[in-house]
Amino acid sequence: MTRTEVDPQARFDEIIEAGEKVEPRDWMPEAYRKTMIRQIAQHAHSEVIGQQPEGNWITRAPSLARKAILIAKVQDEAGHGLYLYSAAETLGVSRHELNEMLHSGRQKYSSIFNYPTLSWADIGAIGWLVDGAAITNQVMLTRTSYGPYSRAMIRICKEESFHQRQGYEIMLALVNGTEQQKAIAQDAFERWWWPSLAMFGPPDDQSTHTEQSQAWGIKLETNDELRQKFVDMTVPQADYLGLTVPDPELRYDEDSGHYHFGEIDWDDFWQVVKGNGPCNRERIAHKTKAWDDGAWVREAALAHAAKQANNSKGAEK
Amino acid sequence: MADPHELYTFLLRVGDDNLILAQRLGELVSWMPELEEDIAVANVALDHLGQARNVLTYAARMAGPDASEDTLAMERSEREFLNAVLVEQPNGDFGQTMARQLFVDAYQVPFYEALATSSDDTVAGIAAKAVKEARYHLARSSNWVVVLGDGTDESHQRMQAGIDAMWRYTADLFFTDETEEALQQAGILPSFDNIRGTFDDTVSSVLARGLLALPEDPYQRIGGRTGFHTEHLGHLLPDMQALHRANAGASW
Repeated sequence: MTRTEVDPQARFDEIIEAGEKVEPRDWMPEAYRKTMIRQIAQHAHSEVIGQQPEGNWITRAPSLARKAILIAKVQDEAGHGLYLYSAAETLGVSRHELNEMLHSGRQKYSSIFNYPTLSWADIGAIGWLVDGAAITNQVMLTRTSYGPYSRAMIRICKEESFHQRQGYEIMLALVNGTEQQKAIAQDAFERWWWPSLAMFGPPDDQSTHTEQSQAWGIKLETNDELRQKFVDMTVPQADYLGLTVPDPELRYDEDSGHYHFGEIDWDDFWQVVKGNGPCNRERIAHKTKAWDDGAWVREAALAHAAKQANNSKGAEK
Repeated sequence: MADPHELYTFLLRVGDDNLILAQRLGELVSWMPELEEDIAVANVALDHLGQARNVLTYAARMAGPDASEDTLAMERSEREFLNAVLVEQPNGDFGQTMARQLFVDAYQVPFYEALATSSDDTVAGIAAKAVKEARYHLARSSNWVVVLGDGTDESHQRMQAGIDAMWRYTADLFFTDETEEALQQAGILPSFDNIRGTFDDTVSSVLARGLLALPEDPYQRIGGRTGFHTEHLGHLLPDMQALHRANAGASW
């Protein structure tokens, strides 16, 4: 058989089997393409919406150094959104279409950003816990089967680990501070702990996408495996900070070498996914208002570019 | 030798311009018309904040052993801030934001160019770094003013409205008094004589390319450099300072 006669499905299976990367020019099953678009877009939207809860503290950061670090972090998130939209565009969908789907609720973003940032300690907790959970997932995704997504993840992971360390440092300063600072650190930790664990998605026996995503080499570890890895990594850090994990069932299991933890409130998780979280409406309202308010600017940029193109055509004649 | 207090006052004027503008720009992150502009506005905010930190850190050395960039930023009240009133003006729409930015950038490029020749090495070093940032800020703001001025009828009107609203606060950028004069006589600061001319040339060239004009109203609101601000600053400062002030002496 010559190369052109190779069955495209067989070639795709070969790539996955060999642990190689699927590239934009390769044939891929339509369902794989759709899954990749859904996953990359959801990730991009999460970065973009994630600007809001943290941006909420830019003007109020307690020191100029913290203010600078926070602005740079929120800027990185917008940058991650850009790489990820570009990765999604290699699958034949435009950023504009993805944006529309976010605004209309047809595509989702990580539910974690539907919780409010109520104190400065939330900025520390988000960096430490939310970025920590994100990294656990994203380190796996650096080895995912779709090439552009995998490469975007390598770059994003480097910046995210920086963010996680900065978040941890905020917490460290707070727990070494005044009684009031310690109190906001514990309060933020309690509010972000369970939502961070829920970020890994439903338990394996209830996850609709896990099996197919594993077969396609998109997902290399299950939700429960990743969640366990995160808990094992984070509990000792909380101990070091002197923070109390809000879980009476939490204990270290000598036999397995893992922490045992209590049941996540999945009803609450699904309520937030369905739109009934503390900030779902505000996040989308903010995003669509920014987009609608900017319409005249985007129209002006297009009109100006068109005039420039006309002028240069005129000059060539 | 000039009185250290004069250098301190001058540094607050420079540092506060940048701090208050960074604060305004920080409000805009996640509110811009495109993702690229969210990134850009964060970048410009960071540059101004960095300039503010360099200048205020230097000023703090003249303000006693307990002073720092943070005590200067967080523990002074409205009447003690010495920024030009232009930078405290609200963001308004994207046109107004860009008008304010164009005026600041057109001022800062020749201002920092001059300041980079200061005989005070710290001041000269800060200005030499800042001028590079100011040049690309000016490239960006000029471009947007031209694009919006030339784009659609709506964008033209909005851009012109932004220019009209912000122009009356521009003279305050150039306000100097015996503080600068003493520092110039002592040979610490260079002459600022050419800054205004360069600013006017830059602004008129950008506005001409954007088919825009300066307003005819000659009124100029000055006073920021001596602590006589518009009412907007009194709303910006509590937002910036509340957390710090509620936790006196805490480390973050």
